[in-house]
Amino acid sequence: MITQGAFSFLPALTDDQIAAQLRYAQANGWSILVERTDDPHPRNALWDLYGEPRFEYTPELVLEDVRAARALGGYVKVVGYDRSLGRQTTALSFIVGRPAVERAFRVERTELADRRVRYTLR
Amino acid sequence: MNRWTPGVTPYAEMGYWNPDYLPKDTDVLAAFRVTPQDGVDPVEAAAAVAGESSTATWTVVWTDRLTAYEHYQAKAYRVDPVPGTPGQYIAYIAYDLDLFEEGSIANLSSSIIGNVFGFKALKALRLEDMRIPPHYVKTFQGPAHGIVMEREYLDKFGRPLLGATTKPKLGLSAKNYGRVVYEALRGGLDFTKDDENINSQPFMRWRDRYLFAIEAVMRAQAATGEVKGHYMNVTAATMEEIYERAELARDLGSVVIMVDLTVGFTAIQSLARWCRANGVLLHLHRAGHSTYTRQKHHGVSFRVIAKWCRLMGVDHIHAGTIVGKLEGDPGNVRGYYDTCRERVTHADPAKGLYFEQDWASLPGVMPVASGGIHAGQMHQLLHLLGEDVILQFGGGTIGHPMGIAAGATANRVAVEAMILARNEGRDVHAEGPDILAEAARGCPQLDAALEVWKDITFEYASTDTPDAIPTPTLA
Repeated sequence: MITQGAFSFLPALTDDQIAAQLRYAQANGWSILVERTDDPHPRNALWDLYGEPRFEYTPELVLEDVRAARALGGYVKVVGYDRSLGRQTTALSFIVGRPAVERAFRVERTELADRRVRYTLR
Repeated sequence: MNRWTPGVTPYAEMGYWNPDYLPKDTDVLAAFRVTPQDGVDPVEAAAAVAGESSTATWTVVWTDRLTAYEHYQAKAYRVDPVPGTPGQYIAYIAYDLDLFEEGSIANLSSSIIGNVFGFKALKALRLEDMRIPPHYVKTFQGPAHGIVMEREYLDKFGRPLLGATTKPKLGLSAKNYGRVVYEALRGGLDFTKDDENINSQPFMRWRDRYLFAIEAVMRAQAATGEVKGHYMNVTAATMEEIYERAELARDLGSVVIMVDLTVGFTAIQSLARWCRANGVLLHLHRAGHSTYTRQKHHGVSFRVIAKWCRLMGVDHIHAGTIVGKLEGDPGNVRGYYDTCRERVTHADPAKGLYFEQDWASLPGVMPVASGGIHAGQMHQLLHLLGEDVILQFGGGTIGHPMGIAAGATANRVAVEAMILARNEGRDVHAEGPDILAEAARGCPQLDAALEVWKDITFEYASTDTPDAIPTPTLA
């Protein structure tokens, strides 16, 4: 199971729980991005944006985006973005949609000299 | 008496005491706790500290007259008795920026704490705090990555990061060591750590440790889809060996290395440059600091060491837990955390901060809380230390009754449940035990952790405490 994001070790969040996180984001002045991918490789920093970043939103509006993004399949996450000076980065990110069969990675090893191994995650 | 008469003149009369001096924006400021010998006037003691940490020697020298000495003399400009502690004084001293080499903590520390701590006229001396002006801050690299870049690099946001130090700290073979790393990381931790005294001993040489640890890191990444790291300790006897170890860690794909404070300031600055150039995070273990930071009357406060470390350029620094097994007054520790993370800190006696400090956009350092903490304290840790922190549960992971991975899972579930609840508007400090109990109902690993460590606390009086006295208010 892919355990990226802030809440992957908890039971899947309900709509009410997602809405509560969105209210927290709103109270902090964060904008919201809904992102989706079929490739949750840990180095994939660019999931596809679902729609445009939401600078003004209601939790219900974002939940509609989430439902629509889930319908496309794959992994979906909600990202809270903090534009404040000194941060200007993601403030919160959590997975809200997963495929029925989770993506599994395996380690590929290339053996080099001196017992070194070059690792690739596939 | 003539200022230039050969012989010994009091420091205060040679220009090192100037109560009318208004510090310039560009001055480096220092607050010293001075304990003069019996019969030594506190103002003269303060002036002596200013003199001995800048231009003076014990006697008048005519060669001062070849220089614009007024410029180079440090000036003690204020001396306050310490409230409730007879015989101790806080001396405030201003140093012109020209006294220091750009970007060199070795030079700054040689100047400020070089000779003066052995001065006979003082019973004891402690450097309590410093104000580094932005003009000087800007001459330092600062953290190789900093908090924002580290989070983007790891793709981990909105919660404290979790780590564990591999235990037992000495004696494991490389393969057994790799097993501990793998179990802890796949169970849910973000980082594992070499301990400070794991370098390259007969039972496990550094190269073997790195090879087995990176196998564990990569396997855990595959199992979780997350970026994971093991702090590879590169501490060694020579800079050449330090670089050799750092380069192998980089080549194997490690996102982080670590070094001990015992290697010295210059080695740390060199490594911070290397880490920025090579995209590797730099974790600092503050090995040895308590020998000079803990006693209140003599030494250097950790808040100064934290400031220097941010300038030197580490990405992580151990800064205390408050609730764990190691020294840490709550007010002081908050002062250290602010010093690591904030853009500007203001003078605050309750946090032991004597000066305003503007970091001039130098990135923040991720503070690390490590030593005697466990999942049952998660609400206190979040309340006291905030979100930009690495919580390291060594015993609190590896000592779990169901195994290492279970211990890691317990910690991860506890932190996620606490963040979720906080964001939902719950008062985690007050409701923490309930929040943990709710989370434990769906998580036997957390349930077991709460049970085994439920009564473990470390309640001892702190040695190093702020001297703040409550401001009197009108009834």
